[in-house]
Amino acid sequence: MSYDTLTFIWFVLLGVLLCGYAILDGFDLGVGILHPFIAKGDRERRLVMNSIGPLWDGNEVWLVTFGGALFAAFPVAYATVFSSFYTAFFLLLTCLIGRAVSLEFRSKVQSPVWRKVWDGGFFLSSFTAAALLGVAGGNIMAGMELGPKYHYQGSLFSQIYWYPLLVGALTVSLFALHGAIYLYLKTEDELQARVRKAITPLFFLFASLYMIVTVVTWWHVPHATENIAANPLLWVVPALNALAVLNIPRAMYLGKPGYAFFSSSMVILALASLFSVAIFPNFMLSTIDPEYTVTLFNARSSQQTLLIMLIIAAIGMPCVISYTVIIYWIFRGKVKLDPHSY
Amino acid sequence: VDVEILSRIQFAGTIMFHYLFPPLSIGLGLQLFLCELAYVRTKNPAWEAAARFWTRVFAVNFALGVATGLVMEFEFGTNWAAYSRFVGDVFGSALAAEGIFAFFLESGFLAILVFGWDRVGPKMHLFSTLMVFLGSMFSAVWIVVANSWQQTPAGYHIVWQDVQGEMMPRAEITDFWAMVFNPSSVDRLTHTVIGALVLGAFFVASVSSFYLLRNRHQEVARRCLSIALPSALIFTLLAGVSGHDSATKLVETQPAKLAAMEAHFKTTAEPTGLYLFGWPDAKEETVHYGVQVPYMLSWMVYGDYTKPVPAMDKIPADERPSVWLPFQAFHLMVGMGTLMLVVASLSCWFWYRGSYEKRRWLLWLVVLMPLAAMTANQAGWVAAETGRQPWVVYPSVQDGVEMMGMRTADGLSESVTAQQVLSSIILFGIIYMLLFAVWVFVLNNKIQHGPETVEELAAHKRSLEKKSLPEAISQGGTSHGSMMDSEDSQ
Repeated sequence: MSYDTLTFIWFVLLGVLLCGYAILDGFDLGVGILHPFIAKGDRERRLVMNSIGPLWDGNEVWLVTFGGALFAAFPVAYATVFSSFYTAFFLLLTCLIGRAVSLEFRSKVQSPVWRKVWDGGFFLSSFTAAALLGVAGGNIMAGMELGPKYHYQGSLFSQIYWYPLLVGALTVSLFALHGAIYLYLKTEDELQARVRKAITPLFFLFASLYMIVTVVTWWHVPHATENIAANPLLWVVPALNALAVLNIPRAMYLGKPGYAFFSSSMVILALASLFSVAIFPNFMLSTIDPEYTVTLFNARSSQQTLLIMLIIAAIGMPCVISYTVIIYWIFRGKVKLDPHSY
Repeated sequence: VDVEILSRIQFAGTIMFHYLFPPLSIGLGLQLFLCELAYVRTKNPAWEAAARFWTRVFAVNFALGVATGLVMEFEFGTNWAAYSRFVGDVFGSALAAEGIFAFFLESGFLAILVFGWDRVGPKMHLFSTLMVFLGSMFSAVWIVVANSWQQTPAGYHIVWQDVQGEMMPRAEITDFWAMVFNPSSVDRLTHTVIGALVLGAFFVASVSSFYLLRNRHQEVARRCLSIALPSALIFTLLAGVSGHDSATKLVETQPAKLAAMEAHFKTTAEPTGLYLFGWPDAKEETVHYGVQVPYMLSWMVYGDYTKPVPAMDKIPADERPSVWLPFQAFHLMVGMGTLMLVVASLSCWFWYRGSYEKRRWLLWLVVLMPLAAMTANQAGWVAAETGRQPWVVYPSVQDGVEMMGMRTADGLSESVTAQQVLSSIILFGIIYMLLFAVWVFVLNNKIQHGPETVEELAAHKRSLEKKSLPEAISQGGTSHGSMMDSEDSQ
């Protein structure tokens, strides 16, 4: 296999890991964002948290593995991206830790104050994590102030401006919608009815942000569409994306929430693919001088490492997918509280 | 204060905090598996009560291991960008293998282990417990391999790359298996895992002894002790053996580290002694208040008490680690190991004689032993990591060719400022202190509450059988809330 083929395969595989993370942890984060608004009373709050109880931990592993794979396949990108997003990244880590411990500790003590504090932590960390992921994506799309020899010259404040914030808002609304559909699948009765009522406004919020971000990306990030312009076949991606978006309300209307959840997963998949198509072949575009850009080719590992990693992935991923399926199967159906619940 | 010191403090702090949890997960995982295996074979409900109880403790600990481990996975990139570029080709693949082979296995089957008690059969549950334990072992394998490669690199070469006009070096894999089985990985992995198993065994022994002292849950406690005490003895013995193997190899692979750990400043023609304790002074190249066993280091390293061991003076001045910290950390580890060996031997002896429970002083000692085990695990890593400075990647010789290493100071992120690092240290300092308090609080809660009685367990099972399964589960949360502290029992 040629070096360039391997490089391309790894770019795609990283995309797969990122999609896996966004689809799976997306609904976890969404559930966290909706938690204070949807669930009334302690029992419902526990139901909402336990809907993701056995799953969130495995879902987060997709992000960890994405990090490890990026480190191995494109070490320069791993080093440059994470050190450039230093402060933002530590905030993200804070949120992910906060979310993990909120879930784990909330129901361990009976006091209402204790539970209220962790409920707040669960919402705040889920919301901020989703927003930060979007803000990072927006920055990567638009390009960053990368100087010579991968020295990033901006700061947290140059990363927070209207465009990444818009992408952050889009991400929050998308995950909230995705999480709401997931909750609809996992809940019953009153709680489910309340979730159902939230889905329509969430859909319209997401759909309008989706349109706004599409338009401003066209205008603000002209290079984002270059790849699509060069390969008209890639128009399939945005077309499928739009179809998947429209299919969410249709499936809900037809009373097929599973199908709606599939559609919202496809929306995430399509958006992540669009993102990958838009940035290809760059990991981090320098707005100072294109020569400083971190690309697939100056960031990649040696041919042998890429091949070894491919073998590792070929052995490991079928196992991962099989036990992910087994676990989702075992914990299928409506969420119930039992003595082992959070 | 400069970025290097701050970044090192940050890495040390976050990794040491993280390392409170994984060894307990590994060690407790084995004890949990053994309890459950006993249950599946004997069908005795006391074993099931034990397994269900340790699962709850395990879950709390595991969650914190995941949360703090997430930070580690990304900290190489955030704080050590130049290092990441230099080693990514080699180190990254071990880290990615850890994610794919270990983390998914652990976190997947953890769901069944923790939430699946009433959803899957006992054998499937036992299998899940085994998978979680294996996952945590695989995780240890890959991360210790990656770390060992930095200490004793193998299976790679240095390639110079043109980066915008400047030639920059990086390590690239030439032989994956030589990288995995580098000269120190098997020894260090064995020692690390055994250290974790010691902690797990003493943790179970400690909580069980505490119940005996309080006259609570005696049946479960005795059963757990019958597994935990012998395993504590076996693993502390093995820790000594594997530790000895690791240390003797240092004279070949990392003589500077050995010299630092033993505060061996000057090479002499006479055989080398071994300090039992002391206060090394690197400036005067001496050890104050030291008590030394003559010939002992020569004998331990070479099996020949006449052969002198090379000292720090053989190492170029700018390649020497500091001595005080590796020396004290190493001696602390050995001291704790010896203490644990004595306590484990005494406990097993009295257990065998049937008089363990009468010796309350011994029970109290065993209650305290997890602290000794944690201290030994932490101190061992402190010795290993400070003793390899100033290198983050050791220089080495591969097939007669000298390969450059990387100094810790050269591995930093170029674009990260001291202020950024300082604020993240403060942020994580606060978060970790809170987490620690909450962890202790919740763990204490679980332990005070203890395992459910055999009768409670039987009542719970009957209720599951009476109703259809999903209905029973939905009501289990309220009608059997008294079984677990998560509901109304507090």
